[in-house]
Amino acid sequence: MIKFESYEWIAIAIMISLFIFVGFIQGWSVSLVILNMCIISAIMTMGVNISWGYAGVINFGVMGFLAMGGLAAVIVSYPPITESWQVGGRGLGISFILLVILVIAVMYINKIVTKKRNRYLLNTIVIFFGILLIRHFYLTATDNIEDVNPAIAGFLGGLGLPIIFSWIVGGFFAAGVAFIIGKVALGLRSDYLAIVTLGISEIVVSVLKHEEWLSRGVKNVIGLKRPVPYEINLQNADWFINLVTYLNSTKLNNIIDTSDRQQVLNNLIIDGSGIFVKLSYALLFLIVMVIIFYFANKAQLSPWGRMMRAIRDNETAANAMGKDIVKQHLIIFVIGAAIVGVAGAMLVTLDGLFTPSGYRPLRFTFIIWIMVIVGGSGNNLGAIFGGFVIWFSWIEAAPLTTFIINQLTAGLEPTNALKLHLLDSVPYFRYLFMGLILLLILRYRPKGIIPEKIRHS
Amino acid sequence: MIDFLNSIVVLLNFIIIPGIAYGSQLALGALGVTFVYAILRFANFAHGEIMSFGAMITILFTWFFQSQNINLGILPTALLALPIGIIATIILCIISDKFVFQYYRYQKSVPVVLAMVSIGVMFVINAIIRIIIGTETIKFSDGQKFIMKAKQFKVMTGLNEGLALKSSQVITILITIVLLTFTFWFLQKTKTGKSMRAFSDNEDLALLSGINPDKVVFTTWIIVGVLACVAGTLYGLDKSYKPIIYLNLVLPIFASAIVGGIGNPFGAVVGGYVIAFSEIMVTYAYKKFLVYLLPSPLEPTGLVQLLSTDYKFAVSFSILVIVLLIRPSGIFKGRVL
Repeated sequence: MIKFESYEWIAIAIMISLFIFVGFIQGWSVSLVILNMCIISAIMTMGVNISWGYAGVINFGVMGFLAMGGLAAVIVSYPPITESWQVGGRGLGISFILLVILVIAVMYINKIVTKKRNRYLLNTIVIFFGILLIRHFYLTATDNIEDVNPAIAGFLGGLGLPIIFSWIVGGFFAAGVAFIIGKVALGLRSDYLAIVTLGISEIVVSVLKHEEWLSRGVKNVIGLKRPVPYEINLQNADWFINLVTYLNSTKLNNIIDTSDRQQVLNNLIIDGSGIFVKLSYALLFLIVMVIIFYFANKAQLSPWGRMMRAIRDNETAANAMGKDIVKQHLIIFVIGAAIVGVAGAMLVTLDGLFTPSGYRPLRFTFIIWIMVIVGGSGNNLGAIFGGFVIWFSWIEAAPLTTFIINQLTAGLEPTNALKLHLLDSVPYFRYLFMGLILLLILRYRPKGIIPEKIRHS
Repeated sequence: MIDFLNSIVVLLNFIIIPGIAYGSQLALGALGVTFVYAILRFANFAHGEIMSFGAMITILFTWFFQSQNINLGILPTALLALPIGIIATIILCIISDKFVFQYYRYQKSVPVVLAMVSIGVMFVINAIIRIIIGTETIKFSDGQKFIMKAKQFKVMTGLNEGLALKSSQVITILITIVLLTFTFWFLQKTKTGKSMRAFSDNEDLALLSGINPDKVVFTTWIIVGVLACVAGTLYGLDKSYKPIIYLNLVLPIFASAIVGGIGNPFGAVVGGYVIAFSEIMVTYAYKKFLVYLLPSPLEPTGLVQLLSTDYKFAVSFSILVIVLLIRPSGIFKGRVL
């Protein structure tokens, strides 16, 4: 079983008290919004931590895997658009079959032709004409699909299943992409791997951005169904009204006037429904986080986890002991990516919309990495802690900066140009904070706030 | 014959001249990355932001000169502000080395840790830039926009197709030639340059021969500062300055450096042009070009475009992946300055 040290309990207590603090200062709604994103960030961080912390495999493709998870959410939950399938389904099918044939042909050529120069030449010719042929079918099909009611549809739609399934599907999507990336890029030196994964994640996002038949591209998919009730339904549900009345009975009973009491009750119900929805999200996310945390810890303590540490600390020695390093690297890269994919699907579920252009490396790759480094790589609780603390400071940086700037420039007039300029650029100070936090941690606590426990077994 | 000339002009106008200009900007950027990689031995993710910083200082001083009515006539005022930008960028590089990178160098940290550190530096510089200049797109090129307009060319030659020559493109190409010549001369002929090459080839041996590592690193940062500032300013001059762009530019720059063989300055330059040309050539619609060349029954009906321009960015990475698969050390053998 997992046992926490005393300083780890302190970390957990800090995380909880942060939200209670914000709850009292800025309201519970704000606190819960931050909490939900913190949990999702923590899951992303655990995903990266598994590949980086356990095995030292760098994964800068976080953004791409998140986007794949988001795509899964769309494909699973959006109702199918039959018209699109009718006009474009056949063409897409043909081009897919042709693509498979092309891949097989290339593999066959690589197997049969031994002379290097001939092989490259033949491959180039086959791929060139193959792509020309595929494009012919593919472009007509996708054009047709994109013409179907472009204002609200214009893509294939999804399966119309409950969105919660997409959390698993998103993991598989991301794992599939990670498998391909891993096959291609693992084995490169770590900093090359970082650049290549970063680049491929950009490719993934640009595909999602521009293949409108699949993901609606920059037109975004909105109105994805929620796994939790809608506020408006809650406000009309008897059980919810009774619950709110019961919880606030003392407060309500003090109000004598009936119309006043009804007014207060209505406000309470409106506030309460928002908080209830966010709480349900938080509960669902917490369940996922605890499950992943449990299994990640179990894996780390298992012989497999020990082997991973051995590979990370000394590849040559582990290889000499008969461990298949390439295979294990691939496995852990795929597992890490799958967890990030789950988080990606959860992110889209929370927002209820999928915006491919919103995936930017600064926000979705580098910040996650800062979480891992700050929290402590190789320690799952550290990863969660990093996710919570960094996301928290990312959000709370703006109010804090406003406060600091106002204090520092208190002597200046309110129309002072410098003061106005500084107040205008408040949103950018969070980047400064992130950079400084990362640099300070790397300098003075390179193993992170909650470092990996050294195990002697 | 006229058709043939027309098709050549189309190529020149839409592929070759923009390709050379963009390639020069990438080459200068990649050269900076490669210098850091060869001497300091890490992938510097902050390079794009350093470029952006240099461009920003140049813009600020361009504005200052413009307000003082100081200009260079037909040349953009930015050229006058460029030296100040260069000095500021060098100072930035040296400060970041003194306060951040030096510690890890003395610790002999692994390259990945230094790469992480450079991400921290990237965030800080990024924030500074945004706080100072905001995030809006800034056009700061003034003076004469075109050396030759498409119309002038048509009148001059009597061809159907026009050839436009932007002054920013010509300036880019000229400055690149000067800077590259100087850099390679410096590396090959001067004593400091030779000691840098020795240091990059074999650090321990270089130290034994009495080369001062701090001096080598110092010189490297000066060169990186110059290259980054010039590359950033030229890119901004050519396309227009936007702080967010430079983060995206880091990736093609890395791709150029790796494709050419990272650590090899000549490779970085070639890589820059390879990436630039493949980006432009793969996403260019060849219809116009083929219409001139082929007899009318064979004329293409579609755009004859391999990939839509949306994927410009993806192309550089596909090239990177292919090169890494076929020839992991890059086109030219990397790792030695």
